Amino acid sequence: MRFVDEFRDADMARALAAKIVALCAPGRQYKLMEVCGGHTHTIYKHGLEDYLPQQITLVHGPGCPVCVIPMGRVDDAMALASEPDVIMTSFGDMMRVPGSSGSFFDAKARGTDIRMVYSPLDSLKIARQNPDRRVVFMAIGFETTAPSTAMTLLRAASEGLRNFSVFCNHVTIIPAIKAILDSPDLRLDGFIGPGHVSTVIGCRPYEFIARDYGKPVVVAGFEPLDILQSIYMLMLQLAHGRATVENQYSRVVPWEGNGVALSAIAQTMELRPYFEWRGLGFISQSALRVREEYAAFDAERLFAVPGVRVADPKACQCGEVLKGVLKPWECKVFGTACTPETPIGTCMVSPEGACAAYYNYGRFARQRLAVVSES
Amino acid sequence: MTVGNTGIPVREELVLERIDRVRRARPRVREDRITMSHGAGGKATRTLIEAVFLDAFRNPLLEPLEDAAPLAVGGGRIAMTTDSYVVSPLFFPGGDIGDLAVNGTVNDLAVAGAEPLYLSAGFILEEGFLVADLMTIVTSMQAAAQRAGVQVVTGDTKVVERGKADGCFVNTAGVGVFRHDRVLGIASARQGDVILVSGPVGDHGVTIMLARGGLGLEADVHSDTAALNGMVAGLLAAAPGLRAMRDATRGGVATILNEIAAAAGVGIVITEDDIPVRTEVRGACELLGIDPMYVASEGRLVAVVSPEDAESALAALRAHPLGQDAAIIGAVTGDAPGIVTLRTAFGGTRIVDLLVGDPLPRIC
Repeated sequence: MRFVDEFRDADMARALAAKIVALCAPGRQYKLMEVCGGHTHTIYKHGLEDYLPQQITLVHGPGCPVCVIPMGRVDDAMALASEPDVIMTSFGDMMRVPGSSGSFFDAKARGTDIRMVYSPLDSLKIARQNPDRRVVFMAIGFETTAPSTAMTLLRAASEGLRNFSVFCNHVTIIPAIKAILDSPDLRLDGFIGPGHVSTVIGCRPYEFIARDYGKPVVVAGFEPLDILQSIYMLMLQLAHGRATVENQYSRVVPWEGNGVALSAIAQTMELRPYFEWRGLGFISQSALRVREEYAAFDAERLFAVPGVRVADPKACQCGEVLKGVLKPWECKVFGTACTPETPIGTCMVSPEGACAAYYNYGRFARQRLAVVSES
Repeated sequence: MTVGNTGIPVREELVLERIDRVRRARPRVREDRITMSHGAGGKATRTLIEAVFLDAFRNPLLEPLEDAAPLAVGGGRIAMTTDSYVVSPLFFPGGDIGDLAVNGTVNDLAVAGAEPLYLSAGFILEEGFLVADLMTIVTSMQAAAQRAGVQVVTGDTKVVERGKADGCFVNTAGVGVFRHDRVLGIASARQGDVILVSGPVGDHGVTIMLARGGLGLEADVHSDTAALNGMVAGLLAAAPGLRAMRDATRGGVATILNEIAAAAGVGIVITEDDIPVRTEVRGACELLGIDPMYVASEGRLVAVVSPEDAESALAALRAHPLGQDAAIIGAVTGDAPGIVTLRTAFGGTRIVDLLVGDPLPRIC
């Protein structure tokens, strides 16, 4: 299939892998973080680690939109959904995320009207079709999905809809990366930069990582060869002692980002002073809320949102996993108390979560299948 | 040159063992209400069946949880099965709920190794349902029954108030007879056996997803619903080393492979490049972020065959119009019992596990 198979070519992968091995300095260990959960998913789904030498460890980062939603926000959403006449809508990924009294799926089984949508515009359609109901869209995601929420707000305003609102949980990637760079327990050699976020924000926002922290960044695409090539580009920088921001995903990511998308976000949303991230705690200026001008479409202003802070379950080590301090299987409850069917932490819910990716795709002793990479 | 990870830290192995023990533990339904996941054919469905139904009805005939139960009756052996159909929409490219209800039950008998003979048909109709639509459904049931060489010999009708059903639900039960004394079953898969699939996977599931609308996607796909008993007869005759067959419905090929691995206590290794998938189906799945191996077919079977009979089994499948694109997709191994691994087209390896519930489209 065109535009897919070219990016999954095994011969090219072998050639790249050989070049990566050649760049490894003897005795040196490399820790590279893929920031984006989409990358984590690709890495496991295609078995990409089979191509990497032992010296290179991929550390899974915080860029999974569902994983960083704290339990309190899920409970808030659940409270919103139980308000009279409300139809709650959200992306499929949210449906299984546990709040303190179960997930959206459980609430749906109890009779709460919760519907899965593929786009916030679908929520708008539901609002038009149900004028006597109040439709809330639970918006989640980084700068990747924020523009579609922004466009939906703009359209709702221009149509003068009176029964549609957004429960805004959009977060921004740079503060999360900065939190990781400032975290003392993690020493990374470089970053595989988020691809889809960068289609919106461009590559310039990452420059401080190279300039101030001396770490190379390569913005990467989502096919397995994209990621392998990005690892090669990072290794090349490390071998030459360089630290710059490079763009592997230039077929999609413009260096300066997408001005139209950015201005739609700026028009409808603004930075919150602070926001709680699951496992990472409160990070200042790290999330978006609906602007005053669009208050008529802001669920947080229209409804009494409890806003109660719920501590993460004690056993859950999602925070350490999100920061890359722990590998998924190093978490105390991984695979036993916390599984995809009984998730305790969000990392086990989303297909982009490191724990779910490892559990579903990577849970086997690789040496048993080493023959695969030798053939 | 070896490019790959060899040797893993001991602790990770301990964790893997611990997980394995947890997965073998007796299943328990944790939810206090039925959710949609319980009907999706994945882990939640399996848990519900084992913890509720099997626990209540436990007997040696039910226990193997095969598609049909083989029963000794009057000196011979018959097979019995039942299945309910709640597909939405009722009419879709390539078929409707009527032929689906006949073919599905015929196939459950056929893959058990029996010759399907008689069907029952039960209808649950919603107040207000169009009689013309019911006529269309029944007409296509009769046509499907004729093609499959079976008769609908008994039935039942119930009508419920508007809102208590979704137009029309159909249940069919079926009886077939074994014309041989071979015993088929997924528990008999053993190391060295070969895994075949009878054609491109995922056509039906993708057709339904697109027919529901709402995705804004269009593609030239139609349901593969078909009766497999003709093709199965050829396969039985050609391959004495045939161990088991399953039709790849809800949960797709991935779920069946996991059931085989678990029932027989074997590992299974399959090759992504060898699994036939139509380009349209693959394209839709790529866009939605779902894996065609978990998407339902309604006219495809997975067969486990001894290695010496693999080629003749493949030839027998390909000789039938429904099996022209049949392929060998993998093999049974002695390693990693209970686990299905996939050699990806990219050249890596990964696990193919049961899904919890329906495959959910990803955000970005």
